Amino acid sequence: MKVALFVPCFIDAFFPDVAVATLELLERFGCEVAYPLDQTCCGQPMANSGCHTDAAGAEALFVRNFAGYDHIVGPSASCIHHVRENLIAIPQTDEVKHVRENAYELVEFLHDVLGVREFPWAEFPHTVGLHNGCAALRALRTASMSELNETPFSKPLTLLSAVKGIRFAMPKRPDECCGFGGTFSVYEEPVSARMGYDKVQDHHGAGAEYIVSADMSCLMHQKGCAERLELPIKFLHIAQVLNGVRE
Amino acid sequence: MNKPIDHAEASSEFIAASDHIEFHDRRLWDLRTKRDRATAAIPEWEELRTLASQIKEHTLTHLADYLEQFERQAQANGATVHWARDAAEHNQIVHDIMAARGAKSLVKSKSMLTDECEMRPFLEQRGIEVIETDLGERIQQLDDEPPSHIVVPAVHKLRTDVAEVFARTLGTDPNNSDVHYLAESQRRTTRPSFLSADAGMTGANFAIAETGAVVVCTNEGNADLSVHLPRLYIASIGIEKIIPRTEHLGVFVRMLSRSALGSPITQMTSHFRVPRPGTEMHIVLVDNGRADRLAMADFWYSLKCIRCGACMNTCPVYRRSGGLSYGATYSGPIGAIIDPTYNLRKYSTLPFASTLNGSCTNVCPVRINIHDQLYKWRQVIAERNALPFVKKQAMKMGGKLLASPRLYRIAVEAAGAGVEYLPRIMMYSRANAWGKQREVPAAPAMTFRQWWLKNRGKP
Repeated sequence: MKVALFVPCFIDAFFPDVAVATLELLERFGCEVAYPLDQTCCGQPMANSGCHTDAAGAEALFVRNFAGYDHIVGPSASCIHHVRENLIAIPQTDEVKHVRENAYELVEFLHDVLGVREFPWAEFPHTVGLHNGCAALRALRTASMSELNETPFSKPLTLLSAVKGIRFAMPKRPDECCGFGGTFSVYEEPVSARMGYDKVQDHHGAGAEYIVSADMSCLMHQKGCAERLELPIKFLHIAQVLNGVRE
Repeated sequence: MNKPIDHAEASSEFIAASDHIEFHDRRLWDLRTKRDRATAAIPEWEELRTLASQIKEHTLTHLADYLEQFERQAQANGATVHWARDAAEHNQIVHDIMAARGAKSLVKSKSMLTDECEMRPFLEQRGIEVIETDLGERIQQLDDEPPSHIVVPAVHKLRTDVAEVFARTLGTDPNNSDVHYLAESQRRTTRPSFLSADAGMTGANFAIAETGAVVVCTNEGNADLSVHLPRLYIASIGIEKIIPRTEHLGVFVRMLSRSALGSPITQMTSHFRVPRPGTEMHIVLVDNGRADRLAMADFWYSLKCIRCGACMNTCPVYRRSGGLSYGATYSGPIGAIIDPTYNLRKYSTLPFASTLNGSCTNVCPVRINIHDQLYKWRQVIAERNALPFVKKQAMKMGGKLLASPRLYRIAVEAAGAGVEYLPRIMMYSRANAWGKQREVPAAPAMTFRQWWLKNRGKP
């Protein structure tokens, strides 16, 4: 299967290991992965700030980079959510529609499209607190949410449960937003940081050695909070754990 | 005042009081948890939400007809119906009704509408004494503060704060913060007002078109005393409170208190329909911007709100900033999508006081798409030039940079740029905000693109 790898800007710049793990994981399952070299960002930062017209250039570039592929996979739910639901600053040509309809967040691509359930190379003998970012949870619906009366399900948990030796910690408020929220993290810094502190302390209190998530932006924020609080807690993207990272 | 509310600054003060924020967050999360348990006990809960939403949608799209039906029924019941275009008309009508009858004092139950209209100061300036009889609202009145929550108005206060307010205003023991002592003190001082007041007032949770009944849901019985003791009763009702028939009430009554507090029903669900012999009942139907909101394609859905406060209880931002930080009558997620319709510039910051996490939308009993509306308000606010200049420029620059592979690469790959430059570009400026309480991510040896070219790039 031919797949185009979408590496969101902040992952490209700060967390190349996450992109490498995503790439290797897809290749382990036989995907032929291309990385369009002129990609930058999906346009979400501007659109979420109300400046959707300023996102038009980034959105057009995104479509130019990815229009030629059957599947577009990125390790970030909020970026994929933007592409799928909100990439509307440019005319909706067939190319644009194709890109929007075929953009997948990594967990849903593994779980739903590839349908994989085994990760025999992966072993992670640690206690993990799973963080579902809000875009994954309430927009892409990769897990059930506590707000709704619905049958419990969790695609990330299903995948992680196949990893040898892994244990899970149960925080008191697993669904609560961690307070990143893109530009919110700087324009509403006091509340954002407080939410982050509460989040990492909840996981720490539950005994988590690692916080693992399919959303690196949440983790970037939580990691910054935990380091400031000097909490002995580490952070990994779900791609790294599924790809068999050894710690 | 047209200056935008500085929600971030206000929340910073709220967070600094650590006892308060911890209590506030815990108390409201407790309500959210109770709500989860109460709704889980009803297998058809999600269907009820859909039904409630449909009833409200239907009513709002036939609002004029139902309002006129309500007016006819209320008149047939012996009530007098008044129409108020805005807050000023509402306040004047209430004053005129009271003045014409020589009424000098008013006992009232909690009504967000009268807060919205700023009725209390209007009447007080004209020599009318107004006594709030809901415990939380009374605490806020005595402390000269607006309510911070639409259901639990003084939830941001600790009981020691209440003891201080009561000691200052009611002469209670400042060192006794026992809840029963405080509640009993408030009762003792408020009760005589019911007997002596010239007029009573309530808001309405629902107004039934088919019967002309005003339905008020409370837990303290204060609304009933306000209605039944004085000889004059005035109900102030926002026009969106109409529902077509009594049978629809069953849907909403099942949802209101479960959503608000996690209890199956409020202690009192009172139907006020016909004035007692020898007394008068007046109903003021208030627009105050609602008709304009109804005409807004993206935002009319907010009129479905039944004011349960579930979106506030679940909102992680509201719980950590407090209702007063929104600087508006309506706070929290529902406030952030209603307030800009009153004053776009003043409340332009509120739709940004959200992470767009979507929890509010999913607890809303009438399925208001709150977080989608927050997103849409952001677009409207930017289009109408109500964004701060610096933020607007940052977005323009960000847009240019991210539209150009070359500029983007210069930004992310420049030697030593990582730590200093990158956070500014990628965290969208506002100098140093990221690093104030968080560590900045360390810049890796190379970007992923550089790694790819080195390891996978074909020569």
